[in-house]
Amino acid sequence: MKSLKELEEIRKKTLETINIRKDRTGTRVVVGMATCGIAAGARPVLMSIMDEVKKNNLADVVVAQTGCIGMCRFEPIVEVYKPGEEKVTYVKVTAAKALRIMNEHVMQGKVVDEYTIGAEEK
Amino acid sequence: MKELALHILDLAQNSITAGADLIKLTINESLKNDILSITIEDNGCGMDVTQAEKVKDPFVTSRTSRKVGLGIPLMLAACQRCEGNLSIESQKNVGTKLIATFKHSHIDRAPMGNMAETIGCLIIGSENIDFVYVHIIDQEEFCLDTREIRQTLGAEVPLSEPDVLDWIKNYINEGLSNLRGGVI
Repeated sequence: MKSLKELEEIRKKTLETINIRKDRTGTRVVVGMATCGIAAGARPVLMSIMDEVKKNNLADVVVAQTGCIGMCRFEPIVEVYKPGEEKVTYVKVTAAKALRIMNEHVMQGKVVDEYTIGAEEK
Repeated sequence: MKELALHILDLAQNSITAGADLIKLTINESLKNDILSITIEDNGCGMDVTQAEKVKDPFVTSRTSRKVGLGIPLMLAACQRCEGNLSIESQKNVGTKLIATFKHSHIDRAPMGNMAETIGCLIIGSENIDFVYVHIIDQEEFCLDTREIRQTLGAEVPLSEPDVLDWIKNYINEGLSNLRGGVI
């Protein structure tokens, strides 16, 4: 059984790294989480993004949620905001696609063109 | 929605939008009486009686960007499909309580789904809100209270910290699995 003692360990471990996270000015990854997003499968997408953040220890990445963006037919939608760059909107994202977006775009800076709204609308 | 847990994730967003800082989710599975009930209770801004009646209409929403709001109507439809119902009690400036019921064994009742991920999502999206999640199956009860977790973590470590989130998800999965006698 998970114990509060384990939580105490996590607290100690986290306190050592938390200062790095505090002033994060890095990438923002936003997942649409309204009725439309949730029904289309946004929850596993968000979970997959969080897993990548944890696995790769991405201290400067902020993961956030937003309501309905108004393009329900394209949900699940993920937006990536990198400082100094234009926002990139990914559409019909799955957990697997999110993995690629995190690895290629968020970590290496290469936009995954084929998943963007521009590619979808062609 | 494919899971009841997804409905819960969706409807809890209403509580968040209502400015609640404490949201209580209670799932009561009475196999004996063949009833499953889901209660979402918040201390948000609440609604007056006329507004609380109207939210079941898909063409009523508080947002201004669009004219439809499907969260509650979808849950209502899911309940009615399963010989259940949905009721909303609300008081202005006090809070709202939503109760959804289902016939537990109804063939059209969606599975409970992944509550650990639902709670995880809610925590990521709302750093300053506390959640109490109670899950009852007949006599057995599981409870998660983020206020207790915060106490252990102290003020510096947020609930949305990936390691903490993982702990919470595992805690829920283990707790629910114990409730079901070791079966997930």
